[in-house]
Amino acid sequence: MHSFYNFVSGPLAWIAFLLFFGGSIFRIVRMLMLVAQKESFIFTYMSWRYSLRSIFHWIVPFATVNWRRQPVLTVVTFAFHICLLAAPLFLLSHVILWDEAFGISWWTLPDTLADVMTIIVILGAVFFLVRRVTRPEVRFVTSASDFVILAIVSAPFVTGFLAYHQWFAYPLMMGLHVLAGDIMLAAIPFTRLSHMLFSPFTRAYMGSEFGKVRHARDW
Amino acid sequence: MAEPSKKENADVVDDGIDVGISRLTEEKIQSVINSVIDNETGARLKTYVETCIHCGLCSEACHYYLSHDKDPHYSPVGKVKQTIWEMIRKKGRVSPEFIRQAAIISHTQCNLCKRCAQYCPFGIDIAYLMLVVRRIIHLLGVTPLYIQDTAHSHSVTMNQMWVKGDEWPDTLQWQEEEAQAEIPDLRIPLEKEGADIMYSVIAPEPKFQAQLIYQAAVIMHVAGVDWTMPASMGWDNSDMAMYTADNEIMGRLKRAHFETAERLKVKKIVMGECGHAFRSVYDMGNRWLGWSMPPFTIVHAIEFYYDLLREGRIKIAKKYKPPITLHDPCNVVRGGGLHEKARYVAHAICETVIEMLPNREHNYCCCAGGGVINTGPPFKMARMDGNRVKAEQLFEAKTKGAEVLVAPCHNCHSGLEDIVHHYEIGLEIKFFSDIIYEVMEKPA
Repeated sequence: MHSFYNFVSGPLAWIAFLLFFGGSIFRIVRMLMLVAQKESFIFTYMSWRYSLRSIFHWIVPFATVNWRRQPVLTVVTFAFHICLLAAPLFLLSHVILWDEAFGISWWTLPDTLADVMTIIVILGAVFFLVRRVTRPEVRFVTSASDFVILAIVSAPFVTGFLAYHQWFAYPLMMGLHVLAGDIMLAAIPFTRLSHMLFSPFTRAYMGSEFGKVRHARDW
Repeated sequence: MAEPSKKENADVVDDGIDVGISRLTEEKIQSVINSVIDNETGARLKTYVETCIHCGLCSEACHYYLSHDKDPHYSPVGKVKQTIWEMIRKKGRVSPEFIRQAAIISHTQCNLCKRCAQYCPFGIDIAYLMLVVRRIIHLLGVTPLYIQDTAHSHSVTMNQMWVKGDEWPDTLQWQEEEAQAEIPDLRIPLEKEGADIMYSVIAPEPKFQAQLIYQAAVIMHVAGVDWTMPASMGWDNSDMAMYTADNEIMGRLKRAHFETAERLKVKKIVMGECGHAFRSVYDMGNRWLGWSMPPFTIVHAIEFYYDLLREGRIKIAKKYKPPITLHDPCNVVRGGGLHEKARYVAHAICETVIEMLPNREHNYCCCAGGGVINTGPPFKMARMDGNRVKAEQLFEAKTKGAEVLVAPCHNCHSGLEDIVHHYEIGLEIKFFSDIIYEVMEKPA
């Protein structure tokens, strides 16, 4: 069990970080190169003002017509994404790992709060799963990959939660937690989790087109 | 491919589609799809497809989806799934029957109105994806017959309606004569070099709505505008080739239009109350020609009337009495931000303006635009069934007292005419120019 943990938190973690950072940079650079090669006009239309105006409206809950039309989804999706990013980044034990490994540390969340945020992520994933299966317009466009990415995202939180509360076999759970985290990091640039990387660009382009050319609002 | 939707147009016969399909082979389909994807698309298609998380949030933006009792086949992403996703996933190996369905979906179940872009959290441009599908349909020769006919007309006559070279100035002179019975010194100046404004219209105006040219001439005359109309090809600003994704013809049309304005050395182009033509000259055709913004100042009729009214160049003798409701056309509102100016004009010329809801950028499409009405009679019911929500929206405005529906766009005008009759809503439909002509001060 010890060697498993050492492997997933050692070499595998390095590979995961490499794939995450390297892959993300690769994907974004390749997209920009493709724009430059085949659709360089896109750069002509980009506007900081209208890009940020559009992004701002869409990252504020209830600031757009569609967010207001879907109040439950809006609350869940914002809570889910905020907790998904903040909990792992500011979890005390993660920060300690960074501190021990590289001597860098930052602000941390109280453990109870992080625990609640973990539950929010898990419940959010359950909500998305149920929505995907029960809403006809979502089910119609659902493919196997949608369930896979949902599993990839929730696994680190489920295992982390179990490990933190030391339910079941703690060492195994800890190892699985790290493994799940590795998989998620590595998957971000190479699955549709890449919406994390691309959505600011697509939103910015649409915002620029709507604001600068069409003189209209895109929210 | 996904199972067909509940009520499918399987029984629709369209010679453009059906004859085209009979000529297809799987090899031909595959080579065309892959050629379009490899050579004509780039980061947008790839990024849109890979970023979409299949959340379905675009669904309620779409009038087809809402009108079909939320049948997911009609949601924007549902239409993408049934067309371009499948083409990409199968690397172009799709059947002629699939292409038939893709032609019907892209040409008659999407108005390219871009309302869904305002509902997608990522701003994915689904109208663009549908145009990529139409591009493939065009190159496969499966475009619906009626709209293909207009594209052919553009190609041969440089106008949409097979108006022959001599018929055009003849119509203008006829309207000038008619108008002179009312205002003896009125002229429709032809080929006047160096005028401030070139006035351009869509081909249906001389073809069967010549009174609109009459009205425009009266407005120009009373306002003392220094204007001209071209006597040559290039007078028509319309562009159905844009909607068949026949981009080459779209480019020729816009070039002729811009070059005509250039030849006449005018300061700007003013166009009639048309939406799709505005999209073509302002948004798409100019870009195909390499102009990031149009090489001429393009003024849509709404903006033109706004300027005339605000500057007091036309005076309103007596405001229009019947209460009106105002339809916001997608191509000039979502596509040009003219909604507040349209309201200024409406309030300046009418006593009562009743808002329909949703409005401004969020207005429901007329279901005619995007070339859908131009697919003709075989698909008329697709428009009627596909826009029940518009009928409900109009009916609500009527219950609030509206008697007249102002639609400052030709496609909207015709499409709403059909909706109003089909659902028996009982609204009279007018252009702004109809009302301005009626209420303005004219020389006695």
